[in-house]
Amino acid sequence: MTFGRRTLIAATLGAPFVAQAQPKARVIVVGGGFGGATAARTLKRVAPDIDVVLIEPNPVFTACPASNAVIAGLRDHETLRFTYKTLEAEGIRLIHQRVIAIDAAHSSLTLADNTRLDFTRAILAPGIAIRWNALPGYTEAAAAVMPHAWRGGAQIMLLRERLAAVPDGGLVVISVPATPYRCPSAPYERASLVAHHLKLRKPRAKLIVLDSNDSFSMQRLFLAAWKSLYPNLEHLALSASGKVTEVNAGTGEIRTDFETYTPDLANIIPPQRAADIAVQSGVADRTGWCPITPVTFESLLCPGIHVIGDATLLGAMPKSAFAAAAQAKACAHAVALILNGQTPEPPHLLNTCYALIAPHLAISSAGVYRHHGTILVDTEGAGGNSALDAPRSTREAEARHAEAWFHAVTTEAFG
Amino acid sequence: MKRGVLLTLAVALAAAAPPPPGALVCSGCHAATADPGFPPIAGRAAAELEAELLAYRAGTRPATVMDRLTRGFSPGELTSIAAYWAAQK
Ligand SMILES: Cc1cc2nc3c(=O)[nH]c(=O)nc-3n(C[C@H](O)[C@H](O)[C@H](O)COP(=O)(O)OP(=O)(O)OC[C@H]3O[C@@H](n4cnc5c(N)ncnc54)[C@H](O)[C@@H]3O)c2cc1C
Ligand code: HEC
Repeated sequence: MTFGRRTLIAATLGAPFVAQAQPKARVIVVGGGFGGATAARTLKRVAPDIDVVLIEPNPVFTACPASNAVIAGLRDHETLRFTYKTLEAEGIRLIHQRVIAIDAAHSSLTLADNTRLDFTRAILAPGIAIRWNALPGYTEAAAAVMPHAWRGGAQIMLLRERLAAVPDGGLVVISVPATPYRCPSAPYERASLVAHHLKLRKPRAKLIVLDSNDSFSMQRLFLAAWKSLYPNLEHLALSASGKVTEVNAGTGEIRTDFETYTPDLANIIPPQRAADIAVQSGVADRTGWCPITPVTFESLLCPGIHVIGDATLLGAMPKSAFAAAAQAKACAHAVALILNGQTPEPPHLLNTCYALIAPHLAISSAGVYRHHGTILVDTEGAGGNSALDAPRSTREAEARHAEAWFHAVTTEAFG
Repeated sequence: MKRGVLLTLAVALAAAAPPPPGALVCSGCHAATADPGFPPIAGRAAAELEAELLAYRAGTRPATVMDRLTRGFSPGELTSIAAYWAAQK
């Protein structure tokens, strides 16, 4: 029976079927974003014998990091786009389809065209889904009017075009959800660059950031930057009635407990959870995120399935592309060792997020994490933010590092 | 049952020993790209790398970020990481 199934799989994948005395181990990676692409390449390099299959519906990946600069008109959209040609040349088998079901008990999954594929182990890196209507009124239809631009794709250009069309004297609102969400510093980087755009092109326009949190990533650095650079930016925290309670795409209204705004442009960053496939296959728990052991990244709910990137429930380590890639490398090494019959050591993970406060000025936030049971905790005394009183030359150096990091992380993932 | 069978497959690994904890993350910035925006570290002398990492950790070498990162490691861990990167191409 197993033999028959393997023949079928080989035929579906378009590879010639060669009868083997010893079947190959097959690792299927679901999702070709920062986590998945980096995991697939690392695994192929570490254990070239493994049949590495990467399943990703889109032939071209659009990166979210650096997209805020595209939205503000400071960067070309093409610089965000990456293909899987290098991965295919390295012997990774790409299947451009969506995974619609995962059967962990039988180590198999189903593609949108109903093909079933067996795996020895699977690595899930499917990213996030938006919790439609978790913010009342924010539906898929509403996102066409009040873009989120939080998952790459066409929303990035939509938000850029809408921002360019805001009249002088107009009002822009950015709504920030309660944590946890993808990339904790990105809403504030976006606010900075949108304020920069308005200041330059529409000096009488205003930006209000409505925040469902009281404290946020690199808060003192952002607040200091806004105070000196952007008198057109107002930030309302949770305790200042910043939490958006309802939106109405029909009338364009945005409500908080005390106020109704009718901006020229609303950018709603919505509440999020792990991608649909993680929820449907039982890898996510009631929080909406996937609990794992941070040593091998194996699911606590579905043995044999590893989860990395934004979809995970990880404690202190933020949901970032840097983190997804770091987890991908550690996870790929762990999977190779497990398939080799060895026991992986706990990894030691780092994260660094760069954020632009203006075109050539950036700040950063760093963390070093060790596992503590099923979560990752900050290493005391390490990490932290750029110095509050750093000279302009440091901010300029960090802006160069932000660009160099984007180049490094995309090269590591996509070649 | 099926997993039990498949788990016994022997998978050959490209390297003899796994990298020391933490060493894999460095390429997130110090990538082997043609236009390095970060100083290259692969293939440099282990003793030099170690001395630089320990100086960042001690706060005696000017840094924008390496001081914050190296403080998360013990000197012994940094020695292992330096040896790993010295051996990379
Ligand atoms: C505006 C913005 C700015 C950001 N800036 C930064 C930054 O400066 N630095 C940083 O480190 N991070 C940044 N991030 C965060 C970063 O984009 C994410 O953390 C990162 O993309 C997470 O990687 P991932 O692999 O988990 O998910 P993703 O990169 O989203 O990849 C998931 C992939 O899985 C695929 N997929 C989903 N479901 C299925 C399925 N059923 N079958 C097959 N494939 C599937 C998707 O098509 C997608 O390609 C930013 C994010 C935003 C929104
Ligand atoms: C977030 C990006 C980033 C990460 C991750 C990172 N580095 Fe660095 N590294 C830098 C930067 C930037 C410098 C220049 C000093 C500074 O500004 O902190 C540097 C400098 C160095 C230097 C000195 C090189 C020279 O020629 O002066 C060494 C050695 C080094 N890093 C090693 C490492 C090791 C080992 C790791 C992994 C544990 C690592 N780095 C992780 C960004 C990074």
